Amino acid sequence: MPPLSEVVVTLLGLVTTPSFLDALATTAYAFWAGVIVAVVIGIPVGILMGRSRLLDELLLPWVNIFLSAPLTALVPVLMVLFGFGMRTIIITTTLFAIWIIILNARAGVKNINRSLVEMSRSFGATPLDAFFKIYVWAALPEILGGVRIGVIRAVKGVIIGQLLISIVGFGALFELYASNFLMAEFWAVLIVLFALAFTLSEFLAYLERKIAYYAASR
Amino acid sequence: MSQIDRSLGRAAPAAPPADIAVSVRGVSKNYGDVQALENLSLDFPRGQLTSLLGPSGCGKTTLLKIIAGLIPASSGSVEVDGRPVEGPGPDRAFVFQDFALLPWASVLRNVAFGLELRGVARSEREDRAARYIREVGLAGFEQSFPHELSGGMRQRVGLARALSVDADVLLLDEPFSAVDEQTRRKFQEDMLALVETERKTFIFVTHSIEEAVYVSDQIAILLPRPSRVHEVIRPSISRGGGGNIRRDAEYLDIVDEIWASLRSYVE
Repeated sequence: MPPLSEVVVTLLGLVTTPSFLDALATTAYAFWAGVIVAVVIGIPVGILMGRSRLLDELLLPWVNIFLSAPLTALVPVLMVLFGFGMRTIIITTTLFAIWIIILNARAGVKNINRSLVEMSRSFGATPLDAFFKIYVWAALPEILGGVRIGVIRAVKGVIIGQLLISIVGFGALFELYASNFLMAEFWAVLIVLFALAFTLSEFLAYLERKIAYYAASR
Repeated sequence: MSQIDRSLGRAAPAAPPADIAVSVRGVSKNYGDVQALENLSLDFPRGQLTSLLGPSGCGKTTLLKIIAGLIPASSGSVEVDGRPVEGPGPDRAFVFQDFALLPWASVLRNVAFGLELRGVARSEREDRAARYIREVGLAGFEQSFPHELSGGMRQRVGLARALSVDADVLLLDEPFSAVDEQTRRKFQEDMLALVETERKTFIFVTHSIEEAVYVSDQIAILLPRPSRVHEVIRPSISRGGGGNIRRDAEYLDIVDEIWASLRSYVE
């Protein structure tokens, strides 16, 4: 183990190198693409599951299975299906993030105050109005909680993807430093990764606190 | 004198007011095997306040929601201005027992929400909302959020929202049951003023006999199991002038009379 002081010095030197910035860009791209797909699909699916009994009974067992399944073991299957490129890394990231987002959006809709729905109907809301003006907002505290946990899982997903599928981005750096016993560099990258994940999670937690005033009074 | 008409929900009232805004014809509602309403008929005169009064479980809220078009009747029909009700419509506005305010929206947006759903442009709907916020006595609270208001103030927001869409018929589902007694009395006085100035038809669900007699032009007493109209009472208490309604002999008589007919249904 290198001393922390050495890790910090290495870190400061490392973060400006082209290879680090390149890895950061590659990882960030795969990460954000995966998260955006998970959010854009996960939230509507969760809301629809919360509203439709049929859809819920159809999908809930699968969502629960995938939420608790060891997804890392599925990665080889994904490679067979989707190849070895960036696309498979993004799909892996999405698969890590999406299930908890679905479950939380569903829970948010299940907790919705029925009279808000009746109120919007009584004033002539279309189903689309109800979706965007009532359901999304009423479920927002749970949705944000789900996105926060999903994002944390997506960090896992993107690194596992970059280690197992194609050795690019931070995965490539980890591989390179570990196999050459460059422990200071290895720890430096790890600290950067932890810091990024922590910052993201704290930012989402901050958003959650901002809307907590109405989470209690729905 | 009050004209008490023991119609039992079948015959038309003995002296029907000429102008009927809402008319309920032979409405039944079943939930599985449970019959919530049985062959219920009732007329609501235009520009007046009619209370639906009865013990809990008598189906008064169910009837109100059927009139609102929020739940379909199993059989029978409801007509508003001669047009059959097939769902919620702009001719009716609902005031909810639990206020049903958007907790993430300001008072202004909440009051304007009915207009927002009807596609009224932002500046116009906010102008109209601001006017009704003043009318219900909430001026200065436009930018507050529901959780910052007391229960009584929240219900004023709900009332302003229903008034701002300018529907002919206002449906109020136990609107004051979640506010404290003093606020409630103030509300009842304000209701009388609103009926006077707004010239709308009010249908008012309550379980309070005093409240019903205080505010109503017509009281329909519903009885449970199976739910039906027991009688329709038209109190002729003079509401003009400065007299205290609660000391009016007619007021006290009707309250007693209603209690006598309801007490055997209260467990």
